[in-house]
Amino acid sequence: MPRWGMVIDLDKCFACQSCTVACRMENNTPVAGPDQAGKGRAILWNEVLPFIEGEYPRLVATMIPRPCMHCDYPPCTKVCPVRATYKNEEGIVVVDYNRCIGCRMCTVACPYGVRYFNWFPPEWPEELKQHLNPDPEVAPRPKGVVEKCSFCIQRLHKARQKADAEGRAFMATDYIPACVQTCTGHARYFGDLDDPTSLVHQLAHSPRAFRLLEELGTEPKVYYLKQG
Amino acid sequence: MHPENKNETVILNPLRKVGLADKLLWATLLGLLLLGIGVWIRQYVLGLGITGLNRPVYWGVYLTNFVFFIGLAHSGTFISAILRLAGQGWRKPLTRAAEAITLFSLPFGVASILVDMGRPDRILNLIWFGRYESPILWDVTAVGLYLLSSIVFFYFSLIPDIALCRDRLTQAPGWQRRMYTILALGWRGTPQQYHRLERVLDGMAIFMTMLVVTVHTVVSWLFGMTLQPGWHTALIGPFFLLGAILSGTAAVVIVLAILRKVYRFQHVLPVSLFNSLRKLLITFLLGWLYFMIAEHLTIGYGNMKEEMVVLQDKFSGNYALIFWSMAVLVFGVPLLIFLIKGKDSIGWMVLACVLINIGMWMERYIVIVPTQISPRLLSVSGQGIYLPTMTEALITVACFAGFTLLYAVFTRYFPIVPVWETAESLPVGHEAEPALQTGSATAD
Ligand code: SF4
Ligand code: SF4
Repeated sequence: MPRWGMVIDLDKCFACQSCTVACRMENNTPVAGPDQAGKGRAILWNEVLPFIEGEYPRLVATMIPRPCMHCDYPPCTKVCPVRATYKNEEGIVVVDYNRCIGCRMCTVACPYGVRYFNWFPPEWPEELKQHLNPDPEVAPRPKGVVEKCSFCIQRLHKARQKADAEGRAFMATDYIPACVQTCTGHARYFGDLDDPTSLVHQLAHSPRAFRLLEELGTEPKVYYLKQG
Repeated sequence: MHPENKNETVILNPLRKVGLADKLLWATLLGLLLLGIGVWIRQYVLGLGITGLNRPVYWGVYLTNFVFFIGLAHSGTFISAILRLAGQGWRKPLTRAAEAITLFSLPFGVASILVDMGRPDRILNLIWFGRYESPILWDVTAVGLYLLSSIVFFYFSLIPDIALCRDRLTQAPGWQRRMYTILALGWRGTPQQYHRLERVLDGMAIFMTMLVVTVHTVVSWLFGMTLQPGWHTALIGPFFLLGAILSGTAAVVIVLAILRKVYRFQHVLPVSLFNSLRKLLITFLLGWLYFMIAEHLTIGYGNMKEEMVVLQDKFSGNYALIFWSMAVLVFGVPLLIFLIKGKDSIGWMVLACVLINIGMWMERYIVIVPTQISPRLLSVSGQGIYLPTMTEALITVACFAGFTLLYAVFTRYFPIVPVWETAESLPVGHEAEPALQTGSATAD
């Protein structure tokens, strides 16, 4: 059973935000509009967070792209009263939109601010509407439920089907989330963390590797490679 | 057979006539309640976006109301169960008034959660798919049990008085008399019946006491079980519990004073009762200060980065105004009033208790919001903001109106002071417990 994980090389990331855009197109996250976004209602499964230290001109900026960490000990799934969010056997933390009661306990429990609530029914400008991903697995979520990055799990399902159809064994490299595929700086790596031969495994064990808020014991499966 | 109580007429007086003033009051409260329900329906249709909630402040006024109403509910159980176990006879005249607070505030605690839910239509998922690893299920269970057992406890102790109404209020409209007959369950008031009733109530009191401690602790664990700075502390449970008992007891004072004035219960609810409550309240206030200092000193002294963000926000940041006015309202002014003016003065006591309750609402708010406003990673893009909207305000008003409405109506149809518990003597053969005698002495 693979244990999916991601590595993001901060030296290579130049904060172009194409991951954020790719994620939006792949996963049909609604457009909040400037007004609602100003109120903190934007839904961005992937977000590039700017950590600025010091003041101009002596300033160190670290841009950290932040998908869901798909924690091995996820505080979010623990508190869900109805198992609407859970970690599947392959370590991906998913949300069941048909079951979520919208209590937002998971959103306050996630230390990474990764989970988003649908404050309104989803909306898109007319032009964008025609380009929604037709995959039923990412059909727009109704108002009142929580959603978040799923490592594009629909792509995993599709990759498996494809391998089946072609009559060959599924390989970890068949599956790649949209943000990783798009990343302009080739800063993102994805694969099976448990496979010692995989690139992600090796990078995750590099001396440059670190994880966000490691001290909380959530065991994130998204690793970063220190910049500099 | 009915107990002899020289105050019987006075106590039953409010039940004899529903005046125009009552109807006006009820209509106003009902209007506010319906308005709130309307606003909730609108919120359900449009989405929770019409509140001030956002990311990162996912929980706001509704959760504050939830904690507050569950806190108010602690009054009744505290007075009737805990003081019953402690053999405090003076509590007797005010037991029912206090229990009614419990009974009528719990539904609005529950309602606040429903209002807060994104998908209240899926509430049954809690039953089909409920999992006990989640603190929400602990809450559902504890609050549910608490509501059920409060109803039973309340109803049992009401039965002898319903039977009294059935036999005394012969002028009442037909439906009202029928209601009494049905609800009295054929109570005859034999010594054995009283004996059995007392035993059941004593037994339930033990259960209720355990439940009351559990309920508010579990409510606090909604917050305490997360890893968030400011919430993740073992003290949050006891602190919430003490706060609940404080605001609940203060609410009892307010309610008693109103009943005393409006229904002319001066003899039934003597000033001595208020003085006893005053002593309790002073104790709770000091306890509250103790928790407050223990909590904040530990965090401040430890000086851990993440915790300090929240602490500083409360002490000197955006929430300083609310925080310090809360401290003055809950603790400072009320303690001064109790110590200097409170004795024998109901007016001052009520003022202090109103301040305590306003302050306690703010305290709940100040626990819930500042922690969320600067979450660990997101604060890089600036602090969050949370400004409740009209929707939240109207629904809050509706909850308070609903609570008052239930209370006001109840007092017009059922004796709000227990006649049998304050009686000089119960039907012969009943072994009066010593506390009972003290009770009637206080009622003189
Ligand atoms: S990052 Fe947050 S949402 Fe993702 S698994 Fe961890 S706790 Fe859950
Ligand atoms: S908001 Fe949905 S997913 Fe999150 S804890 Fe509540 S029911 Fe579970």
